[in-house]
This record gives sequence, structure tokens and C-alpha cells, in this order.
Amino acid sequence: MTTVRTIAGKEIEFGDDGYMLNPDDWNQDVAAALAKEIGIDPLTDRHWDVINFCRKDYEEQGDAPTLRRISKVGGVPTKELYKLFPKGPAKKVAYVSGLKKPSGCI
Amino acid sequence: MFEETDRKLCIICSKGTLDMAYPGLVLANAALMEGLEVTMFFTFWGLDIINKKKMNDLKFVPVGNPAMGIPQAVGGLPGMTNIATKMMKKEIAALDFPEIEEFLDIIVDSGGKLYACKMSVDMFEDMNMLAKDDLYDGIEGVVGATDFIEMSEGAQIIFI
Repeated sequence: MTTVRTIAGKEIEFGDDGYMLNPDDWNQDVAAALAKEIGIDPLTDRHWDVINFCRKDYEEQGDAPTLRRISKVGGVPTKELYKLFPKGPAKKVAYVSGLKKPSGCI
Repeated sequence: MFEETDRKLCIICSKGTLDMAYPGLVLANAALMEGLEVTMFFTFWGLDIINKKKMNDLKFVPVGNPAMGIPQAVGGLPGMTNIATKMMKKEIAALDFPEIEEFLDIIVDSGGKLYACKMSVDMFEDMNMLAKDDLYDGIEGVVGATDFIEMSEGAQIIFI
């Protein structure tokens, strides 16, 4: 069952897993609004490094990158990822980036 | 869905084969990614996972492992453990799974706390099979069973 919420002035559909249904509904204002909602405010350049890598990787690979891929390929070390998106980074990064949680286990 | 959780997970790793090292590490990392507080306790053969001299050379043993579908008599032949281990390591590399040391690094960097079991360390040291310096640098310490029981209060415990 989907819900429609207004985020940064846009009507956006969310699935019952809580993530955005359509990655194309995303934009930077949406990201900032979603981040604020989960207590990350403001988004620093480093947050944007992570988010932009995730969006780019999703376009190229068809799946949200795992934390390991963000650190190995995206160049943001694991320790830093946990500082930027504390407690539950996999979910938080996906949510803010308008993607689904990555399907990989590692 | 994004409320931070106060769930705690403690994973006891008691086995030292390649196939039995991964379940604990995968679960620990998954729990950390989901925001849980994670502690790992390595006991008995599980110490091989955090032993710098052994961690890169854990074996996958077909004999005594009827789930593999290889007749036991065949599984016990000389060379079979090496073949099975090579095959598993090849799969791990092909699927880009981290090797043990990298996995431990990821878990520690993600906030996981690793402990060695004192009783096992004492025993292996006494048999000259382990020196304290052999233990992975990222562990928090060597603790006893009662310490583990105290630190696992309120936690869900998985025994592997």
C-alpha cells in the first residue's frame, strides 16, 4: 500500500517499506527534506559525496550501492559513513537518496 | 521505520572453518548497518577467525559435513579439504565477498565490538597454539564468560 506525501513541495509516493517508490521523483531539495526528517540537517558536502555517488551508481548498476561499495568505489570510508549517517546508515542513505535499500548482504 | 533502535545483538562464534566463519560476520555487519549495537565473542575454534596467523587460511572441510553431498569416504581422502577450500575461496572472490580480515575491519569500523574468550585463549596459549600477539588488533579485549553474560544483558544472542 503506497502513501503520498508532500516533500519539498512535491507529491511523492512512498511504498509500505517506507522508501520512495519512484527514484525519478527525487531531487536535491527532496533529499534535504528527507534528511532533515531523520535528523540530518544540514547536509554537508561530504553527505552529498555519498548521495551523489549512490544516485550515479544506481543509474549505472540498477541497484543502490551497498555500504561496502560506497566505501571501496565511492571513496567514503566505513567509519566516516557511520559518522555521516549514524546508526542504520544503509537505510538512511537509501532513504535520503530516493532509492530502495541495497539488496546485497555486504 | 527510521526511528533509531536500541536493539543489541551478541554473536558467539565457536567454529573455525571457512564456511562457519562467514555467518557470524555477515549477521554482525547486517545488524550494524541496521543500527543495532553489536558484540562478537570468539570462543574455542572461533578464535581462529581473529588469529592473524590463521584467519587467512581457514579451511572448508567436506568430511563430517554430510550436507555437502560428497560420500564421507571420499571427503576424507587426502587433498579433498584443500580442493573444497580452494573452490569456496574462488566463489568468495568471484562474488566479491570480503575476506576474513577485511570483514573484521569493516565490522570494527562500523562500531562492532569484538572479544576473545579468556578460557579458550588460556587453553590455546598453554598448548602453545596461540600467543596473545597473534590476536587481531581490532579486538576490544580478552574476557571471561561472566563478563560476556553481563555485557549481553538485554541483547539477542546468536550462537554459531
